[in-house]
Amino acid sequence: MTAPRLAIEALSAISLRDGNRPILRRVSLAVATGEVHGLVGESGAGKSTIAKAILGIIPSQLKVTDGRIVFEGRDLLSLLPKDLRAVLGRDIALVPQDPSTALNPSRRIDAQMTDGLRLKRGLSAKQARLRAHALLEEVQIRDPKRVLDSYPHQLSGGMRQRVLIAAAFALEPKLVIADEPTTALDVTVQKQILRLIRSLQERHGTSVLFVSHDLGVVAKICDRLTVLYMGKVMEQGSTADVLAAPRHPYTKALLAANPRYDRPDTGLEPTPPEVIAALRAEIAAFDAGVAGSR
Amino acid sequence: MADDLLLARGLVVAYGRPGSLFTRRGDSPVVLHGVDIRVGKSETVGIVGESGSGKTTLGRALLGLIKPAAGSVVFDGSDITALDERARRPLRRRMQMIFQDPMSSLNPRHTIGRILIEPILLHGLAKSHAAALALVHGILDRVGLSRGTVDFYSYELSGGQRQRVGIARAVVLRPDFVLADEIVSGLDVSTQAQVLRLLKELTGEMHLALAFISHDLSVVRSICQRVVVMREGRVVEEGPCERIFAAPAAAYTRMLIDAIPLPTTDPGWLSRGASVEVAASA
Amino acid sequence: MRDPKVVCAGGFILLLIVVAIAAPWVAPKDPLAQNLLMTTTPPAGFPDAEPGFLLGTDGLGRDVLSRVIYGARVSLTVAFVAAGLACLIGSLLGLLAGFLGELVDALISRLVDVWMAFPPVLLSILLIAVIGTGLHSVITAIVVIDWTRFCRVVRTETKSQAQMDYVVAARTIGFSRPAILFREILPNVVPVLIALLTLEMGIAVVVEAILSFVGLSVSSDTPTWGGMIAEGRQIVHEAWWVLAAPLAALFATVVAFNQLGDGLARSLDPVLRR
Repeated sequence: MTAPRLAIEALSAISLRDGNRPILRRVSLAVATGEVHGLVGESGAGKSTIAKAILGIIPSQLKVTDGRIVFEGRDLLSLLPKDLRAVLGRDIALVPQDPSTALNPSRRIDAQMTDGLRLKRGLSAKQARLRAHALLEEVQIRDPKRVLDSYPHQLSGGMRQRVLIAAAFALEPKLVIADEPTTALDVTVQKQILRLIRSLQERHGTSVLFVSHDLGVVAKICDRLTVLYMGKVMEQGSTADVLAAPRHPYTKALLAANPRYDRPDTGLEPTPPEVIAALRAEIAAFDAGVAGSR
Repeated sequence: MADDLLLARGLVVAYGRPGSLFTRRGDSPVVLHGVDIRVGKSETVGIVGESGSGKTTLGRALLGLIKPAAGSVVFDGSDITALDERARRPLRRRMQMIFQDPMSSLNPRHTIGRILIEPILLHGLAKSHAAALALVHGILDRVGLSRGTVDFYSYELSGGQRQRVGIARAVVLRPDFVLADEIVSGLDVSTQAQVLRLLKELTGEMHLALAFISHDLSVVRSICQRVVVMREGRVVEEGPCERIFAAPAAAYTRMLIDAIPLPTTDPGWLSRGASVEVAASA
Repeated sequence: MRDPKVVCAGGFILLLIVVAIAAPWVAPKDPLAQNLLMTTTPPAGFPDAEPGFLLGTDGLGRDVLSRVIYGARVSLTVAFVAAGLACLIGSLLGLLAGFLGELVDALISRLVDVWMAFPPVLLSILLIAVIGTGLHSVITAIVVIDWTRFCRVVRTETKSQAQMDYVVAARTIGFSRPAILFREILPNVVPVLIALLTLEMGIAVVVEAILSFVGLSVSSDTPTWGGMIAEGRQIVHEAWWVLAAPLAALFATVVAFNQLGDGLARSLDPVLRR
């Protein structure tokens, strides 16, 4: 078995402001080459923290206490800032959640897209613009020239997200982290964007870490899933296995609480108190174990 | 129909002045292009649409918060669009609203108790503060909040708790009609389930008519009997949930339903269903 | 929440108010009493100091400390009355502009724009030339110029509050428009207002000092910090304390008002940010 492109090993983190409350509890997951790996959890589960840890942008009130993030044989957490910066943007890219805040409102699209190309690949302005044009075509934007000359506020949400995806794939990274990339979009636009991400990913052989709270979305685009609750991995496996035959009570509760339009009485089942109690106990036992081994 | 509590016909709502600094060039200022909708007594109707569909505007027009450029809204026999603010006030008690963001719908400077008691006193449902407080305790019990909540401020509660306060405020006046505008959009799936279940129970117990605005068709399916599908200020289709979801007549409805990802692996889903026309916005 | 800066600043202002009100009992000497045998004596602790004159005497033998205390009366009166009136007028118009709809807003905003186009210094000099010097003119000048500052801020805040869902909620519940303005909107505008008011008080004190420095404020009998600075400036090499004392008092007072305003803004606002 070939080595995974990204391997997170026993990653732990705490919140310094909250009396060292654990945010991540020995999270381990692996993303193979060309795999789309879904990181699923509700808000506060720690999914964004993991994404930020990979990108080296953890907020100052959080601290990684243990574990490694191995990318192409190197632990990202132990890299010097300048080495990390060399890796990011070239080999690891981000598709952010909110297209309206991720783009600088006072710069045109082509300036924002060509930044990376000119900086990392040393392309001239003209070459970079040509490449940006080709990328916009690849993300199925019909009038790339108009988009390149526009400011972000002149484009719709879906269009902006396509631009961000194009920018992410511009340098042909080995890993793309997609942080809730369709949450802010209409459902029909969402499907088009998911289709786009999948096709780009297949064409370039990129690995994707797809962060989402939406089980339906990850079901359609991810090969494998990691289910996260309170910073701890509850279940992991192929998407088909996890969704069709969930083993952990949390995954089952999550599936039961999701409304489905093809089943009228779903979506009205909150997580039963016994399950919540069992989850709390599991977390408490874990924390005690960690404290004990200190 | 004799059973209709709320009947809106030909609603046209327009915003702003065309070509003003605040509308994008090419944006039509007309948000609703002649919408008809009816809500029967004790009926739960879902209003679904994507962004720009006009569903929020429709909701506010139904409550008389926006004056339509044309059309009428008849509530229990009275045309509220023809009434002025003062004449509408007695009807206000009977038409209430629950908001999407409980943070901005609960005044941060008022205690929860004050937020719930003042409407009761305003409409004379209780004559004294103590009597109003008793009513408030009752409603807090019903929505699953502790009685001590009356002393808290909105920022001291969790998202789910705040939303319950929003529900409590809407039903404490015993209205006949409630408008719920995207009330579960920001919630975790488990909290969402709690809130939806509570709402379904309350509408049954209190015989409330409910108009439930949402962009999420699956949520609408879970609590609504009928659904109205909107697109760009027009009603595309409406009818009982079973029929619409099983056999949608309009192509747009079909596209909308098809775009909803169910939590099942389905390899062909991504490539299936070419969009009806790539919407100008995408 | 008890920020030490706010407590200190608030305490200082409070102390100043008490001292100013109780000036006749607190001040050791008569601020106007001249003693030409004891001119420019240094403050206590320095050689040649006269007992009983803690901060020394000025060029006419008057007790500097007592003059500073009495000067506080003028400064604080201007601070509270001028800032208070500017706040009242400006806030009222701002509330109306933010709440009563497009037409009223347009009218009031145009008025503010036109008004703010007048150069303030010129306007105040013109005003005082017409009305004459004195405390009432200083106060009038400040109010006439600074009400626009309150109007703009309150208008913006009112407008943003009026968009909030809890205002819509109040409408659906059936509260009348005046009730909504006072119960829902005003309490959320007040924190910003209080912060602005205390800052304005600091500004008013400085403006008064400047006007009395150039002799356009109260008559030269009444001691004012600005007037004392003007006098002290001329003999700064022989008697530095005559300049230093009122300057220090002015500085401390303005800093105190600013810190108070700043601290209040921060402690009253987090309600929304939590």
